Amino acid sequence: MNRSEVIQSLLPVLTDELVVCNIGLPSQELHMMVDQPSNFYMLGTMGLASSIGLGLALVQEARVVAIDGDGSVLTNLGTLPTIANNVADNFTLFIVDNGSYGSTGDQPTYAGRKTSLAKVAQACGCERVVECAAGQAAEALQDALDSNRMTIIVCKCDPGNIPVPVIEKHPVTIRDRFIQAVRRANG
Amino acid sequence: MPVSRKLVQDMVDAGIGFVTSVPCKQLKGVLEEIDASDRIRHVPANKEDEGMGLCAGAYLGGTRPCLIMQNTALGVTVNALATLVQYYHMPLPMLISYRGEVGEPVACQVEMAVHTKAILAQLNIQTYHFHRAEDAREFPGILRHTFMSSKPTAILTDATFWGEAQ
Repeated sequence: MNRSEVIQSLLPVLTDELVVCNIGLPSQELHMMVDQPSNFYMLGTMGLASSIGLGLALVQEARVVAIDGDGSVLTNLGTLPTIANNVADNFTLFIVDNGSYGSTGDQPTYAGRKTSLAKVAQACGCERVVECAAGQAAEALQDALDSNRMTIIVCKCDPGNIPVPVIEKHPVTIRDRFIQAVRRANG
Repeated sequence: MPVSRKLVQDMVDAGIGFVTSVPCKQLKGVLEEIDASDRIRHVPANKEDEGMGLCAGAYLGGTRPCLIMQNTALGVTVNALATLVQYYHMPLPMLISYRGEVGEPVACQVEMAVHTKAILAQLNIQTYHFHRAEDAREFPGILRHTFMSSKPTAILTDATFWGEAQ
């Protein structure tokens, strides 16, 4: 299974959650599969999906899932100690770890070689870290949401991309409808 | 009232409830006041652009943010400012220690000081320079302006300001 198949498999689990999605193809794939106000698409800043997700989770009560990638987590590796030390039990960081920079042509990342992001997360102090195979992605996410504890999921999958259209929505439109979705989620 | 306490009180009065920071010794007093406040959640960041991501998330969640940093790190924030904060039209007051100005003991700090205002100008970020202790009176208005305009603003606080504030 590649990243787009993993994201597709998560959709039945993602019901009421606020989703912050990583730059490039992951956001484009999510946008193509199910575009809705509760999705915040990163259009231009690599590495900050997990930081945005944590900041969002810390200030309100609705559940937040950040869909990130191994390359982006490596870009912003300082995010893992910040997450570990600022626990938000309504936050799940789902790292699609395909061992490659998918959006730029599948160049290999260090996460696909010697570096274990799950072990890095544990060493940073994250208390609930789950590494799973692509086929267990949905189950792992459901377990994380059911646990009501902050969870880092590292989902190992194959590299490879599918053709997807770019997101043409205006960033302020994405922002405004997401803020409305946050308000609705908090009643 | 000590200026650090005044600045943090101004933040609270402006509705700021979420602060991220990468520290500077000039801002030590401000950070202590923030940690003493039960009105502001302080999430220290490991890097300034990470802090901008945290602030963006807090803003999306309905809480007004503020970033505290040193001007020497401005370079690492350019992409996050342009493609996150500015692209999505998010408000972000940045309280910045302006190292490398008159009174600076460390020569290397000057190397980024000479680029600080040029980078901010290149990014079209409205910039306010606190040089005299009384300049802090402008802070509440700057915060109101930041959230009114939904843009990032920079408040540069130099060594003379902090010296007079003692």
